[in-house]
Amino acid sequence: MDSLNSLIDGFGTALTPINLMWAVIGVLLGTAIGVLPGIGPAMAVALLLPVTYGLEPTGAFIMFAGIYYGAMFGGSTTSILLNTPGESAAVVAAIEGNPMAKSGRGSQALAAAAVGHFAGGLIGTILLVALAPTIAELAVDIGAPDYFAIMVLAFIAVTSVLGSSRIRGLASLLIGLTIGLVGLDTMTGQQRLTFGSLQLSDGIDVVIVAVGLFAIGEALWVAAHLRRNAAAPIPVGRPWLDKSDLKRTWKPWLRGPFIGFPFGAIPAGGAEIPTFLSYVTEKRLSKNKNEFGKGAIEGVAGPESAASASAAGTLVSMLTLGLPTTAVAAVMLAAFQQYGIQPGPLLFEREPDLVWGLIASLFVGMVLLLALNLPLAPVWAKLLQIPRPYLYAGILFFAGVGAYAVGGEALDLVILLIIGLIGLGMRRYGLPVLPAVIGVILGPAAEQQLRRALQMSDGSVSGLVNTPFSVTIYLIIAVLLAWPLLRKKFQSRRNVSA
Amino acid sequence: MNSRQTPTPSAPRSDTRSWLRDHSELGVSVMLFALGVLVLTDALTMDVDIAQRGPVGPTTVPIVVGIGLLVIAALLAFDVMRGGQGEAEGGEDIDLSEPSDWRTVLLLGGVFLGFAVLIDPVGFPVSGTLLFWGAAYALGSRHPQRDPLIAAVLSVATYYIFNNLLGVPLPGGPLMGVL
Repeated sequence: MDSLNSLIDGFGTALTPINLMWAVIGVLLGTAIGVLPGIGPAMAVALLLPVTYGLEPTGAFIMFAGIYYGAMFGGSTTSILLNTPGESAAVVAAIEGNPMAKSGRGSQALAAAAVGHFAGGLIGTILLVALAPTIAELAVDIGAPDYFAIMVLAFIAVTSVLGSSRIRGLASLLIGLTIGLVGLDTMTGQQRLTFGSLQLSDGIDVVIVAVGLFAIGEALWVAAHLRRNAAAPIPVGRPWLDKSDLKRTWKPWLRGPFIGFPFGAIPAGGAEIPTFLSYVTEKRLSKNKNEFGKGAIEGVAGPESAASASAAGTLVSMLTLGLPTTAVAAVMLAAFQQYGIQPGPLLFEREPDLVWGLIASLFVGMVLLLALNLPLAPVWAKLLQIPRPYLYAGILFFAGVGAYAVGGEALDLVILLIIGLIGLGMRRYGLPVLPAVIGVILGPAAEQQLRRALQMSDGSVSGLVNTPFSVTIYLIIAVLLAWPLLRKKFQSRRNVSA
Repeated sequence: MNSRQTPTPSAPRSDTRSWLRDHSELGVSVMLFALGVLVLTDALTMDVDIAQRGPVGPTTVPIVVGIGLLVIAALLAFDVMRGGQGEAEGGEDIDLSEPSDWRTVLLLGGVFLGFAVLIDPVGFPVSGTLLFWGAAYALGSRHPQRDPLIAAVLSVATYYIFNNLLGVPLPGGPLMGVL
């Protein structure tokens, strides 16, 4: 059991007092930011990225893992107590969680969600430990054409599986690819789209793009449509579950991860589909079917557990293939690149301390989340009352801090604002933001792999499809392109059952 | 989900303005088209003889992206003309039933630009205070004492935490030189 030994070493890294402290800070910050209404996990990690700049990579990623899990946890608190989920993965939590809160069972809903996150994260991370090294080993031999195929898969997946309009998804992707082109060409040093500006020749930092699109874009969009009287959160006490609740929740907690994990690992939109599938499953299996829609605790426990496990699944493809399947993973990939570390099959060989420290810290983070956040839930719930002007002013403030921290350039703040305005326009006209971020992050890498592959084959296009792996990936892409037909079937079923 | 609207191709001239308002998404098309032209121009005017290595030079991908932008601009325009509409994004604090409040957006943009201009000459604590205070004001907060106080405490605390504890340098400016 090689990976077990590595994991134990990882715990050695994660449990040093200083790293433990980063984990605690990460979990607390992540939860606090995630609870804030209007801030989903992707914006939370983008905003908190600069906090990690001064740290060495291991500490930074340990803190980052805490932020990620904390933000997911915090997000479900928001949807249960406010009924207006900030991101798609939390929609399902609101369906049953909010009626529970309204009927005075908010504490139980929060507890079911918290333990669900714990169980899902735990099982998901165990699966990650079991599978990731094997996948990395299998993927170690893949070359430029395979990488290129994987990246094309990511592009197609984000534009066609997510969102409602492929044209708008593609438009967003192309905007991202264009931003990614700015700077010096990596292979020839040729200036592209720099217009003679020295600062632009370094390229536009991915962090600035992510913060601009997620944070500034969102804040400006909300400002244009700010709800004058914000919905009042439902007050709650300390989360707890009694015996009858536990009887109803332990099975959903255990079932959720096996739905969530596989969906997280593939580029299928992260937690949206698995949380829904888990909800439908629990509804079908429950003895209390009539309670569904009015506050059935199974409908909180299962989907939350699935969401958490899908986050672990996301990490599998992110760490072993360098393939981000969700917005959070995309920001995380940007963070890795910040340290000059390229996630991929070699990551487990080159940076074992970092990877296993990170994985171990996921376990640590989950325990901390459960131990700290169950008692603190009423405190977190108070954050929901923050006056909206302060909330969005704060988002702009920290977005500014983050963008300036990247390179200490005031010009970056102007670029940030411009990208934020693009993000505003994209929200106004229904262009999804994620494809643009994926385009910026993967675009330059995809170009490099493409050119390497074609260099090896002397320009022959057959060089892109000369491995079984790449052919398989292109077949998957073909299936994805045929997806709308399947999707229609799925949606009509969904309308009937929901 | 694309909500289909009844197309109004035969609308009289006097309705041009409302037609344009309903089809403002064509502006996105125009932007994408302009971006495509920009990317293509940049790629085609590039001096590539310097260091071409391998069959694919530095212009290939920009040309593909540029053409892609033009094609998508056309497809989007076609979709909008057929009545397709991008769905404006909803959210916790978003009320889509009210018309867009562009004044607030402009104010916020201005405040942020001011922050970008001021951060180097006056330092982060001062410019950050102005950013938070100004943004809160633009968003409708009217507490003449509480707003600036929160802004100042937040800025100075952030400065110390980032600069001194986390090792992320921020400019202190003349004020921090005095303190």
